Amino acid sequence: MTSGEIAIQLKSKFGELLSEPVEFRGEYTLKLADAERIAEVCALAKKELGFDFLVDITSIDNYGEDPRWTVVYHLYGYGHHLSVRIKTDVSEEKSELPTVTSVWRTADWHEREIYDMMGIRFSGHPDLRRILMWEGYPYYPLRKDFPLAGKPTDLPGVAFTKVTPLEGGPFVTLPSSGDAIAREPRVRTPEDAEPAISDKRLVGGKLQ
Amino acid sequence: MATAQDISVLDSAARAAQAVEDAADIHGERMVLNMGPSHPATHGVLRIVLELDGEVITKADPDVGYLHRGDEKIAENMTYTQFIPYTDRLDYLAPLANNVAYALAVEKLMGIDKQLPPRCQFIRVICCELARVSAHLLGLGAFAMDVGALTVFLFTFTEREKIYNLIEALTGARFTTTYTRIGGLARDLPRGWVEQCRKFLNEVVLNFDESEKLLTRNRIFVDRTKDIGVIPKEVAIDYGLTGPNLRGSGVEYDLRKAHPCLVYERLQFDIPVGSVGDCYDRYLVRMEEMRQSVRILHQCLDQLPGGPDNKAGEPINVPDGKTVLPEKEKVLTGMEELIHQFILVTQGVNAPSGEIYFSAENPKGELGFYIHSKGGGTPHRLKIRAPSFVNLSILPWLLPNNMMSDVVAILGSLDFVMGECDR
Repeated sequence: MTSGEIAIQLKSKFGELLSEPVEFRGEYTLKLADAERIAEVCALAKKELGFDFLVDITSIDNYGEDPRWTVVYHLYGYGHHLSVRIKTDVSEEKSELPTVTSVWRTADWHEREIYDMMGIRFSGHPDLRRILMWEGYPYYPLRKDFPLAGKPTDLPGVAFTKVTPLEGGPFVTLPSSGDAIAREPRVRTPEDAEPAISDKRLVGGKLQ
Repeated sequence: MATAQDISVLDSAARAAQAVEDAADIHGERMVLNMGPSHPATHGVLRIVLELDGEVITKADPDVGYLHRGDEKIAENMTYTQFIPYTDRLDYLAPLANNVAYALAVEKLMGIDKQLPPRCQFIRVICCELARVSAHLLGLGAFAMDVGALTVFLFTFTEREKIYNLIEALTGARFTTTYTRIGGLARDLPRGWVEQCRKFLNEVVLNFDESEKLLTRNRIFVDRTKDIGVIPKEVAIDYGLTGPNLRGSGVEYDLRKAHPCLVYERLQFDIPVGSVGDCYDRYLVRMEEMRQSVRILHQCLDQLPGGPDNKAGEPINVPDGKTVLPEKEKVLTGMEELIHQFILVTQGVNAPSGEIYFSAENPKGELGFYIHSKGGGTPHRLKIRAPSFVNLSILPWLLPNNMMSDVVAILGSLDFVMGECDR
């Protein structure tokens, strides 16, 4: 059997719910129309088609498009050495789909990571907490509208409290209330930084 | 004839006292112990919150993310080639293997993975296997040290140093190699490198023997690892374990055999598997994998197209000026090459839109890259499937009911690296 054939088999079990398999570089992708049924599809793929190894779950932010999220499941079977990819869309208003932790226990950490990085929730997950960022972090950093430079938060992260000795000199940036790039050395509150910025702002490479 | 028999029966007061004592043993006061993030056995910055009943663990909650640098976010904001140095910092004990896996993933997206010249493929295999030997040497040395055998650590680090000298001669850096390029390699093997590598291979097997003599039948080592941290086959698959940890549990699965990339199909090697799935099996699997890697390396050096110093002038890059940087001389003299160079540096390779998943058998397990491209030189989404991250997710299942002192043995045998786990 080939990956293409097993993808067609999987599709035939669900009819219209799964799209026709799309091939690219020898990999087959099926699109699930209703995200609410992902656990059901995965359970059947594991039980009847031998996909016993969940390689990975990941999420894509289609920023500016609707629906905003795509969740991608990579399935593999040790018995037949074939793989298939299942994708499903989730709208931004909902931002929730069922967990597959009951099918494969490895899904636990993958789903926590998606929740942490993208803010998509998994209903029925036994322990949906942040995993890479700390508990209480207010943003979802892998979203496309989150700036690469990061955002200041009230949470710990104060590395310096005083102005550095070489401020304004080479390789030393100015304190400010801006993002992580503009803010080194960091200050405790944005108000502390205000006079410092207005006094010394780099214009055209020169201190004014 | 009746015989007299002494039967000792506790009276009710004594029975009650006994019951209280038993219950106290069962429901002893739980202690929460914080292990890490700065603990020598956590090999980096892993924190585990352990709940103990006496010396027995009742609950384990790993806390990862202390080394999170947002690699996936960074990847979305730069060209494919610019991300290669970041892959050095995933599994920083085997940067060459990460470089190769990432380059192959992007090449798969571009559809040029089948066009790689044979010399390039052989050199990439050499890189992967050197990285594997180096990573396993460190993993074993640190594992042995954690359970009390310090000498092995010194032995393996001596050999590891020689690998780093080889890598330095090859790439110019010891750790941050950044050796591969999309469609090829940064440079060919330096002169005399093949001979140095052969010399090293002959020396390192002696070191394997010595390390094995110190560990394999060492009573203390065996007592501390045998039947400790047993992962049955089904559980290993359920938790998505890969690499030596999966094979230690008896699953004969290696991406180099199951889905061979590069020239692995043409090379002779065996896949060692364990039988029980305990710490000792994982140790044996890694030990044998290093020997198999040496076997692969010998074959690669013998079969290297173009010979050791490439007198025949075999290419190491894909013959496509729109993918690989042209030679500097041609850039300075030819108009077409100059344009290609300019476009490649400013915009990156022109990848088609589509999505691929490519995974390679890295020292820690299956390192996968999922690239979702909307075309152009930058990925729309790049997901790194880090083997250490997935391998660590078994800890809440594996650690409970083990003794506190076995945690270091189990962590050592899982051989994870936090740079990759936290990304």
